[in-house]
Amino acid sequence: MKPLTRIRSRTAVLAHENIDTDRIIPARFLTTTQRAGLGRFAFNDWRYTADGKPDPAFELNQPAARGCEILVAGRNFGCGSSREHAPWALLDYGIRVVLSSEIADIFRNNALKNGLLAVVLEGAEHRYLLAHPGIELAIDVAQQTIELPDGGRFSFTLDAFAKHCLLAGVDQLGFLLAQNDAIDIFERRRGVAA
Amino acid sequence: MGARTLLDKLWDAHLVKAPTAATPGILYVDLHLIHEVTSPQAFAELRARGLEVRCPERTLATLDHSTPTTPFDDLGQPVYASEEAAAQVAELERNCAQFGIRLNGWSSDHRGIVHVIGPELGATQPGMTIVCGDSHTSTHGAFGALAFGIGTTEVGHVLATQCLLQQKPKSLAIEVSGELPANCSAKDLVLHIIGQIGVNGGTGYVIEYRGAAIRALSMEERMTVCNMSIEAGARAGLIAPDQTTFDYLRGRPYAPHGTDWDQAVAHWSAFASDPDASFDRIVHVDATRVRPTVTYGTHPGMVVALDANVPAPVSLQERRALDYMRVEAGKPLAGTAVDVVFVGSCTNSRLSDLRAAADVLRGRTLAARVRMLVVPGSLVIKREAEQEGLDQVFRAAGAEWREPGCSMCIAMNGDLAQPGQLVVSTSNRNFEGRQGPGARTVLASPAVAAASAVAGCITDPQSLLQEQAA
Ligand code: SF4
Repeated sequence: MKPLTRIRSRTAVLAHENIDTDRIIPARFLTTTQRAGLGRFAFNDWRYTADGKPDPAFELNQPAARGCEILVAGRNFGCGSSREHAPWALLDYGIRVVLSSEIADIFRNNALKNGLLAVVLEGAEHRYLLAHPGIELAIDVAQQTIELPDGGRFSFTLDAFAKHCLLAGVDQLGFLLAQNDAIDIFERRRGVAA
Repeated sequence: MGARTLLDKLWDAHLVKAPTAATPGILYVDLHLIHEVTSPQAFAELRARGLEVRCPERTLATLDHSTPTTPFDDLGQPVYASEEAAAQVAELERNCAQFGIRLNGWSSDHRGIVHVIGPELGATQPGMTIVCGDSHTSTHGAFGALAFGIGTTEVGHVLATQCLLQQKPKSLAIEVSGELPANCSAKDLVLHIIGQIGVNGGTGYVIEYRGAAIRALSMEERMTVCNMSIEAGARAGLIAPDQTTFDYLRGRPYAPHGTDWDQAVAHWSAFASDPDASFDRIVHVDATRVRPTVTYGTHPGMVVALDANVPAPVSLQERRALDYMRVEAGKPLAGTAVDVVFVGSCTNSRLSDLRAAADVLRGRTLAARVRMLVVPGSLVIKREAEQEGLDQVFRAAGAEWREPGCSMCIAMNGDLAQPGQLVVSTSNRNFEGRQGPGARTVLASPAVAAASAVAGCITDPQSLLQEQAA
């Protein structure tokens, strides 16, 4: 996993509320046994018309959205299915940060475990970003801040451990494996109790 | 120790290490359910790191999402929709063989949807922690187990360590008072609840369903309710175990037997919220006000009673949802033409669901042009239904009687609706394209689904029965 310390990018905005993980990657693309290469299916049914051509009306297909690494999404982003293929697809597509006023629990968890920063903003901050697509933001993970072009600054909360993993670019399994003794003790204690 | 909720008790009993300011808690997992879609990348990670599965005996696998529900070919082999689907299933077979995991595969008498077979085998028990790479793991909370969906990275964590890194969720009590009307099912109740609290009303919470109306539900009905907790954003739903729970579990293959049984019941009985325990939030629901309910939009919070009019959209998104569904605000949904009816999924594919659908269909036939799929949740259920002759009722009505699996709930095995078709479905998600690109989904109970298949339009079963009486 690449460390995520700072990101500077223009934003792309998908204002729809309740964008579910079926939207992010439809189930028919889940027969894969790989995690790589799913970016081409990201938002598939919005992104392409029925004949397989890019739909010019879709926000992320517009020239201004090209190369944006920060996605500002409507409330309750990532709801529905627990498929981790959703953050995999977004990352492979080039998104490294998702900002919304509410992000579904399982999606947020999955995102952070893959180095995709999923940040929940306050209502007013969220509304501002929704209303200003394409502005350039500078996000500092260590400081937990988002800097606006006009010098304004939002701060966000981030679980301490998830932050440590993002900054160091390490996954969480190493930490869990190091807890082996504690897990042994727990199992033995329960074995006796049961 | 002070008064504790059921969630507190489950959490405390499985905490290997408490959270600190710098690290999340470490939670032990009693039962890990796996299936072919969300596990291959986790096994690949184990292999890449040279790790073993810590507790194969706490891991239970099934094939359900990408497996065909059509009859086997002449050689007795399943006919997959794609080579990829076949390869995915083969991958799970290989992983289970290599790591010593029990797989309820093609040759098993217990294959079926992961959330149907766990309870059916008695593997799901009160007081447990249960996880699966699948958001409807919330189903198992009906037994008083803390059960929730995880991503594939976490599937790898549990395979390797039998543990998860977790922050404790908040508790939401949903107190359901009164008696559910006779013409309403658990599906109507849970759709009503989601409509009341909203599609994100449970985000950050574990729901404990409580109250007289919940106590009166059978285990199968409780599973339907807990199953859809995630559709309100809650990772888990809970119902405290009681005699109904114990009666259901007694004698099941993985349930304790003999003297172990009595000990188990004593142990399980402690898993209830203390009378004076406090919840982070409480919501009251009046069961007497529930009516046959369906969804009209593109998320499970957009619900309407069959005898009511579709509400006016309050946002651009709702407007868009109505356009997608080709539904008009201010008019009832009842009477809308139906193309496909699906009875199945981990929400409503158990024997009582099939009976409810068969009761409506008995002696009737599907409306012209309506296609109906009935997909039992497991092979056990399929055989039980056939013993009762339910398959004959479905076939005689003109419906397709299938092999068990997820089928049109997720539409990744080749069972799907065509663009624009309207599906009345007993499953749990009505997202755009969930049942096929461009397909329009109306979530409903088995009885409403069956009545709609007969009438050819969305129909309250009551009106069919009245017709007959008249
Ligand atoms: S039936 Fe549907 S919701 Fe249930 S496990 Fe299968 S795909 Fe998921």
